[in-house]
Amino acid sequence: MSIITAFIGCGTVCLIGQMIFDNTKFTPGHVTSLFVVAGCFLDIGNIYDKFIDFAGAGAYLPITSFGHSMMDSVMKGIESDGLLGIPLSIFDSVSGGISSAILFAFLVAIIFKPKS
Amino acid sequence: MKTLKFDNVYLLSSASVANRIENQGPLRGQFDAFYEDFYCGEKSYEQGEIRMLRDSFNLALSKNNIKLDDVDLVYGGDLINQLGISHYFMKNIGIPFIGLYGACSTSCLAAINASIAMQNNGVDCVATFCCSHNATAERQFRYPNEYGAQKPVTTTSTVTGAGTMIFSKQKSNIKLTQCTIGKVCDFDFKEVNDMGSAMAIAAYDTLIEHFKNTKTKFIDYDLVLTGDLSNIGLAVLKDMFTVQKYQDLDRLNDCGLLIYDIKKQNVFSGGSGCGCSMLVTIADVFKKLEKMTYKKVLICATGALLSNVMIQQKMSIPSIAHCVVYERV
Repeated sequence: MSIITAFIGCGTVCLIGQMIFDNTKFTPGHVTSLFVVAGCFLDIGNIYDKFIDFAGAGAYLPITSFGHSMMDSVMKGIESDGLLGIPLSIFDSVSGGISSAILFAFLVAIIFKPKS
Repeated sequence: MKTLKFDNVYLLSSASVANRIENQGPLRGQFDAFYEDFYCGEKSYEQGEIRMLRDSFNLALSKNNIKLDDVDLVYGGDLINQLGISHYFMKNIGIPFIGLYGACSTSCLAAINASIAMQNNGVDCVATFCCSHNATAERQFRYPNEYGAQKPVTTTSTVTGAGTMIFSKQKSNIKLTQCTIGKVCDFDFKEVNDMGSAMAIAAYDTLIEHFKNTKTKFIDYDLVLTGDLSNIGLAVLKDMFTVQKYQDLDRLNDCGLLIYDIKKQNVFSGGSGCGCSMLVTIADVFKKLEKMTYKKVLICATGALLSNVMIQQKMSIPSIAHCVVYERV
């Protein structure tokens, strides 16, 4: 069952992304940024947390989750350090994702050569 | 602008080098050589492009036993910043060189410059070349392949290939007789994924100018070829001519549609890049002129003068087109 809800959850996000890409002049970069920002806003009223409860991995996987995690750590930062907590903690929970993206991209670039 | 007329510019030799995808298209087997992959046995895509250019240059020389010393001047260009490919190739050649940038219109631009030099300045033998490479051009103008960006159907695929033409005053079967130099046109078009439509207006402008100056129509040519408008840009161009009540539009075609089979090959709406018009001219038009299938062909190479910096400043895409007439003697 959790596989099906994950599929439906992630699939819906991807479907929205594809529809935006097909029907506007947005580039892939625009759509990605838009989804990160959307993820931040969906932290309001814990909407995204409810989505995670429903879809599980299907909600963690899309880039919206990145925005949501950033917002989460910003809120925690504000609680502990006040306003200064925003810049200090914004990348706290996503740093793992960023670092591993850089690391794995580096490893893949060493091993493989791009093809057509 | 007047249409320039030449009476002693002959095609001495020409050679084309393509890549796997071009050689799977309708012009299969027509190229002088082709490579199986983008690297062409080199370490990087750019070096692969230089290799294709070098091969086409050497093949054009060897085909007619032309010595390197016989070539007085070289005109050429490519799509890469600072004409990287052309300059790094020419550094080992040792012949005076003029680099040209006309985006995808460079093939005609180089031929026009060569003709002017020969007609007015007593130069006897001029080589022209241009080349483009899918992976190097995509990286610079669009997205690198590794980025995996989805492309809208209106995009074109940059042709991987290089071509060299050598012109001389010595008589041969193919003669360059006329040319019309285009103006930079801009009608505030901003869609970077549909450059065919951006260039259609430039092609229209130059073709109308050429027809007016020479008092000719489509029927006077066996074939009128635009550079790389793709099926969308070509449809726009045909519409503009239809509105002006021009007849015989079946003689009008596009190099981007001749080099690929857009129904079978995964190339979106057609081929583009300066290699596109160059390869079609050398591998198809010149061969048919030689065999007398065609007597007179008008080639109008089109270029989208897109600048990445200007696009980021929300500026539009200007375009240009140059016409050249080749005739069978």
